[in-house]
Amino acid sequence: MKNFFKIFSFIILFSGLSLSTQAAEKVEYLKTDWSFKGLFGKFDRAALQRGYQVYTEVCSSCHSMKYLSYRNLAEKGGPEFSIEQAKAIAASFEVKDGPNSDGDMFTRPGRLSDKFVMPYDNVQAAQAANGGAYPPDMSVLVKARGGGVDYIYSLLQGYEDPPAGVTLDDGVYYNKYMYGNKIKMANQLSDGLVEYSDGTIASVEQMSKDVTTFLMWSAEPHLESRHQMGFKAIVYLIILTILVYFSMKRIWSRIETEV
Amino acid sequence: MSDHEYTPKSKFGKWFNDRLPLLTLANHLTDYPTPKNLNYWWTFGGILTFCLITQIVTGLVLAMHYIAHADMAFDSVEHIMRDVNYGWLIRYIHANGASMFFLAVYIHIFRSLFYGSYKAPREIIWIIGIIIYLLMMAAAFLGYVLPWGQMSFWGATVITNLFSAIPLVGEGIVTWLWGGYSVDNPTLTRFFTLHYLIPFLILGLVVLHIWALHVPGNNNPVGIDIKKPSKDTVPFHPYIVIKDGFALLMFMIVFAFFVFYTPNILGHADNYIEANPLVTPAHIVPEWYLLPFYAILRSVPDKLLGVVAMLSAILILAALPWLDTSKIRSAVFRPLYRQFYWILVADVLILGYVGAMPAEGLYLLVARVATAYYFLHFLVILPVLGWKEKTLPIPLSITEPILGGSPNLATAKNKESLNK
Repeated sequence: MKNFFKIFSFIILFSGLSLSTQAAEKVEYLKTDWSFKGLFGKFDRAALQRGYQVYTEVCSSCHSMKYLSYRNLAEKGGPEFSIEQAKAIAASFEVKDGPNSDGDMFTRPGRLSDKFVMPYDNVQAAQAANGGAYPPDMSVLVKARGGGVDYIYSLLQGYEDPPAGVTLDDGVYYNKYMYGNKIKMANQLSDGLVEYSDGTIASVEQMSKDVTTFLMWSAEPHLESRHQMGFKAIVYLIILTILVYFSMKRIWSRIETEV
Repeated sequence: MSDHEYTPKSKFGKWFNDRLPLLTLANHLTDYPTPKNLNYWWTFGGILTFCLITQIVTGLVLAMHYIAHADMAFDSVEHIMRDVNYGWLIRYIHANGASMFFLAVYIHIFRSLFYGSYKAPREIIWIIGIIIYLLMMAAAFLGYVLPWGQMSFWGATVITNLFSAIPLVGEGIVTWLWGGYSVDNPTLTRFFTLHYLIPFLILGLVVLHIWALHVPGNNNPVGIDIKKPSKDTVPFHPYIVIKDGFALLMFMIVFAFFVFYTPNILGHADNYIEANPLVTPAHIVPEWYLLPFYAILRSVPDKLLGVVAMLSAILILAALPWLDTSKIRSAVFRPLYRQFYWILVADVLILGYVGAMPAEGLYLLVARVATAYYFLHFLVILPVLGWKEKTLPIPLSITEPILGGSPNLATAKNKESLNK
């Protein structure tokens, strides 16, 4: 049995190592409490709805979210707008459709089944409008950056005047959390930029947190059911393991060897 | 293969078994005499079988939804993650399953190294195992390319470019592998095909691996040949089945933790960025399980020699039964080998660490020393050790571990450590 614990602790050690190498890469990011972390982590519904508002009013003029559909906004585990609200949100966007029976393209109000409308027709158009830099699609952005949510949260608040000796080209800004400190996106958030309908004060910090929460959901829309299922699965496995352990002891007690 | 004659009880069973002896096979597998002193390091064979089956089953489901096309692969993976029922679960099991597979196979290989399981008469089992390991690495690499993220694309570019080191025909081979003049759609479709094929090759080899195992029977921590069946053995069922099952469940708990709570920690963030041939990532690193070999590759300044060194590092294992000249199998009775064994373990871990770091300065120096030591271990230390080492007396059987009944303190102490 001792041997067994050796193996098990080795595996735990390995897991720990893999977690810590990840941690070693981290710069000191701004810290905040994320409701979706931990074994029972869930999204803060209100933060998701506010985050969606920040995305639509601020980010969406440049950043697409091509993997999201309007129906997702009403789905369980997400912002959980009511179906009516989600329909109204979808209808507020003009969607290009067609060709119709005459062979013409036309626009119509969005439906739940439509993907989020893209700000630019193609990558080249996006680059042309943004000084050559392509504003990345934000659907899985949180998972595509080493620091994850902490990185995005910090970056949004990381704009500063460049330190002495650093010269910036036109359309390049200084951000202390950006890789290489130079970023082509200007500071977008300022206090009171959006007006939250639930009365929350729209400070830069609050908006950063809300929109980052929204991005975490868009990257991991099934996070809540994953956490719930994970807990059940692990509890089930532990109980089964204990039962099997005692059966094993019972069976091996027929012979002298220890197990 | 059969240890004794088996006659089915029912008339139909007898009729069937005379034509296709499946029942004899089943009987052989349940009765298979197994050394009763196998410790938990021996449970990883069963765990690996579980890993293979898990990868095949989840892989089949993923293949039903995945689209192998350069323009659609990344989107189809996100489709699986979002819109396919429990697609996220299947994909996270498959992605983390690869890591779990390698974790288990490394434990399995290092168990063989410690207890000398590769020595006569088990050389064929060992060599089949090495082929399986090579195929696993190929399958893992090909699979990592399929999501068509940045690391997929650039990993594929770096690894396929290794073939260009071959003199004269290198460039031609690379073009042939790519199906074009760069990694592109033809590369992706053929990688998908091969990724689908290899697991079934592995499955076939696993059958041979187990078949070859059932001829001489299991090695054991004492490393002596045992009479079977005897006082030293237990039937595979129920004794080993329940023990393997228990270990598998513990393994599954760790597996589940990764899948449900940190599903992306073993991957690289860049692979959630769609492949872009115009943007090279800052660091191109392979998955953790390939890092030691990546370190060996980079520690040699010459490209061709680097590739040769990397391949030799794996292939040298196939020659291990002949490089290790010691007649004694288990490290328990080889006090010097035991120390060199742990140095080798540390050496491989160091190689893995520097493989993840940029190849410069101190890291490069450490990688070179560790690479040199890796080959030194197999080519010099092992053969010499076999001739020079003063081994401890080995017991006659598992149940009577004291040689000739005389109280030998060293052996008695070893017996205690074996029973722990």
